[in-house]
Amino acid sequence: MSRVEIRVTISSDQDIVLARQKGRSLALELGFSSGDATLIATAISELARNIVSYAGNGQILLRDIQNSTRVGISVTASDDGPGIPNISQALRDGFSTSGSLGLGLPGVRRLMDEFEINSKPGQGTKVGVKKWRP
Amino acid sequence: MEVPILKQGQVLIATFQAALSDADLNQLRSALVQQVVRFRSRAVIVDVTAMDVMDSFASRTLREIAHMIRLRGAETVIVGIQPEVAFAMVQLGLTLEGVATALDLEEGLAYLNQKFKIMK
Repeated sequence: MSRVEIRVTISSDQDIVLARQKGRSLALELGFSSGDATLIATAISELARNIVSYAGNGQILLRDIQNSTRVGISVTASDDGPGIPNISQALRDGFSTSGSLGLGLPGVRRLMDEFEINSKPGQGTKVGVKKWRP
Repeated sequence: MEVPILKQGQVLIATFQAALSDADLNQLRSALVQQVVRFRSRAVIVDVTAMDVMDSFASRTLREIAHMIRLRGAETVIVGIQPEVAFAMVQLGLTLEGVATALDLEEGLAYLNQKFKIMK
């Protein structure tokens, strides 16, 4: 059950900045340290950039989450782009089809606690990540 | 939001603002390389103290700036990477390898002074 739900439409590089700023403020609001908020904002930046580079547009959904013991933040990046044909390849360091460093997805996985990806060619991509407050 | 570039003798100083878009970073890259040529600068200091996030794009652009400027025979020093930003960069796998870094503007200038004295 989440109380906060922030939706950011991503279609340009300006939206990347907006999404990570909103993510940082939500993380701080939820009691994350400013160091953790930086990790979360960096992950959001990478996810939003993937949307702009590969799909053109999509959205980032920011929510607060809680389980029996902890609170956290959930970030879901979704688009209706071309999808990822080979997910395990995309999760490998140094792999990129866009001429970038290829650290995006594996990097995001390292920055966050939980990572989930769903993508099929022609059916878009959905990446969900979570970080729990220590 | 354009990044202001300050000329201080033979050194150019570019000071980043908090929320730079990809377009701003690309604009800075061209502006810096052009001004290094125009002023025959020996060095460039890029001050990123205000930057809240250094993602793979920003880091790649900084590396490109440093390498382009090196090809002009000048030196680039990145100063002011915040501890939290450094932590996130390492987690993400970004290293800025081959690019000089210093604690702050003062240390960056001291580094360059020493380097140029050695070269004289």
